[in-house]
Amino acid sequence: MAEVGRAALVVSFALALYACVAGTMAALGRERRLADSARNALVACFGSTLVAAAVLATALVRHDFTFEYVASHTSRDLPTIYSLTAFWGGEEGSLLLWLLVLTGYGALAVMLNRKLLSDLIVWVVPVIGGIATFFAFMLFAVASPFNTQTRAIDGAGLVPSLQNPYMVAHPPMLYLGYVGLTIPFAFAAGAMLSGQTDERWIVATRRWTLVAWMFLGFGQILGAHWAYVEVGWGGYYAWDPVENAALMPWLAATAFLHSVMIQERKGMLKVWNMVLVAFAFNLSLFGTFLTRSGVIESIHSFAKSSIGGWFLGMVVVSTLFSVALIIWRLPLLRARTKLESPLSREAAFLYNNLLFVALTLTIFWGEIFPILTQLFEGVSRTMGRPYFDFFLRVFGLPLVLLMGIGPLIAWRRTSVHALLNTLVWPIAAALAAGIALVIAGAGSSTPGLIAYTFSAFVLATIVLEFVRGTRATGSVFQLVSRNRRRYGGYIVHAAIVLFVIGVAGSSAYQTNEYRQLRPGDSTTLDGYHLTYNGLQRIASVSESGSQTQYRALLSFSGRAHGTLATSLIDSSSLGPSHQVGIHTNWLRAEDLYVILSQRLDGNAIRFEILVKPLVNLIWIAGYVFVFGSLVALWPDAQEQRRLVARLAFARG
Amino acid sequence: MTGLIVGALVAVAAVVIVSLPFLLRSDESDELQLTTSRGEARMALVEERDRALSALKELEFDHRTGKIDDVDYRELVGPLRRAAAAALQALDAVDADRS
Repeated sequence: MAEVGRAALVVSFALALYACVAGTMAALGRERRLADSARNALVACFGSTLVAAAVLATALVRHDFTFEYVASHTSRDLPTIYSLTAFWGGEEGSLLLWLLVLTGYGALAVMLNRKLLSDLIVWVVPVIGGIATFFAFMLFAVASPFNTQTRAIDGAGLVPSLQNPYMVAHPPMLYLGYVGLTIPFAFAAGAMLSGQTDERWIVATRRWTLVAWMFLGFGQILGAHWAYVEVGWGGYYAWDPVENAALMPWLAATAFLHSVMIQERKGMLKVWNMVLVAFAFNLSLFGTFLTRSGVIESIHSFAKSSIGGWFLGMVVVSTLFSVALIIWRLPLLRARTKLESPLSREAAFLYNNLLFVALTLTIFWGEIFPILTQLFEGVSRTMGRPYFDFFLRVFGLPLVLLMGIGPLIAWRRTSVHALLNTLVWPIAAALAAGIALVIAGAGSSTPGLIAYTFSAFVLATIVLEFVRGTRATGSVFQLVSRNRRRYGGYIVHAAIVLFVIGVAGSSAYQTNEYRQLRPGDSTTLDGYHLTYNGLQRIASVSESGSQTQYRALLSFSGRAHGTLATSLIDSSSLGPSHQVGIHTNWLRAEDLYVILSQRLDGNAIRFEILVKPLVNLIWIAGYVFVFGSLVALWPDAQEQRRLVARLAFARG
Repeated sequence: MTGLIVGALVAVAAVVIVSLPFLLRSDESDELQLTTSRGEARMALVEERDRALSALKELEFDHRTGKIDDVDYRELVGPLRRAAAAALQALDAVDADRS
């Protein structure tokens, strides 16, 4: 079957290349049939990539160890669901998933907009075709998942930590996000290439951007939850290059989603929006280069590979292409209106954009710093957690504050008097929350206290917006359905607030202690009385190697009662890994989190014990975020009708 | 052997799909229907009108929800109404030209 996969990839490459070359020729020569043919090639490219993906999925499920990829990432005893998730467990499979999502998204976006935006689509097809050509080339020439070998008895298996439900969903979500950013980029490039820089590309791609942004955001939350329950270091975000690779394009896309509203309302920031959309797309490519080139260390498994150089080349080409396009079309992109007041909604969006971009660039600098020091000093120096945490506070906290102030400012301009009037209740709520928190002992962490107070302020403004809006329209249902975008956005803001509270609570106010215990020993931490009951040793041997699991059993009382278990797994083929013990105390909104850190001499165990307040708000925030995003991106028939009418009028 | 046949079928299907626009008979011209520069100007006018009307709508809503006081409202509403009227007049003029 491997030859079917290889053949399908060669066909995908040929089709993507054809879509790029024929599409460009059709757009330049204004040839309709050639343009339709190029568009069909893009759709067919999705079909052939689907065939290649089906071949790999079948080989994984059937444990066909003649495929090198299957033998490297699965084993006979691996459950079917995890055999299937090995599809994106390795580099070659994840590249195939990338191409599949790219061609799927591309075909759908092009087919849906082929009539309404026909003059843009002729240029969108070659752009998507060009990007797909790169990925198809990588797959059949550099990192093929269809390389074969003499049939092995068993495979190497999948790293135990990847055998987790969150890992089933997290990588595909990220890919749906990363790759989704290609669509707004391709439409923006199409708009510039065709010279049609009116609002249509924005209206057509707003939902695509929102979908990509939603998947990228939710994928990161799932990844954080996986790290929390599986990796076993007590946290959920380590500023690892792979994590930052997803965060940077998400931040840039967040800035774009805000600034695009200024272009729609005022016709301003056209250049800035083009820059942001290109920045977000190129960051997704750059992140892939960073994490696969081996130039920096990462905890992720496919950190070192041969494809990094190719991705760097692609990033350079894509960035030069984007910059050249924007410079070429500058005369078309100049705004005709100006900012009327520094105290207006559009100004607030602008400040928010500057903070988002500053935060993104700070993370970007943290990522490239080790490469630059290696290059110029011969020693790789990395930016540690304090660097990232510091700038997260410097730019993140004002962003939270702006999230509250922005919605209360009117478009065009607001007087200081009117603004203060609208801010009275949120400020009162924030002050009350701040005082209550200080009395409750939250003053031990200044950043934590500021984060909580700002969060109370933002929540108060969201409630105020819903109350005032409902009063003005008559019902909350009417209010939301009339402006899903705005009120969906407020729900997303509420999700961010929950997230901020969760992060502040679980990091600024967590308790973390190491304790050495022998069977029968007890210890007390933060109101929990823990007793170590003993260690179970579970050994197993399979064709892929031997594995020993050391499972420590603990009971606890005090703030809550129960038992939990934490394990250290020693695998001959995959190395050591941890399984943490977590008890969620919903009444106190905190987690008791125990890690078996180390086996010591004489039956003693070194445990790391943490009490993490409000950490579960982070995961809840993920679902609220998805709900808000869905409200905001729900199709708007009125908007579609307006676009059709505009085009009909323009064409006479 | 089966693999090669399936691979060949995928390639043939791709060639057919790509060739379809050339194989199917159509009365449509082979020249792409692109927006003319006059069309672009009309598009800009419609955008201007829609922008002015939605700005008025926003202003009303912001005034009703207390984000903008009466003084600011009175100052802002006039220019916005004039901008909307100008956009509508410009569109009417284009319509008159067409008829």
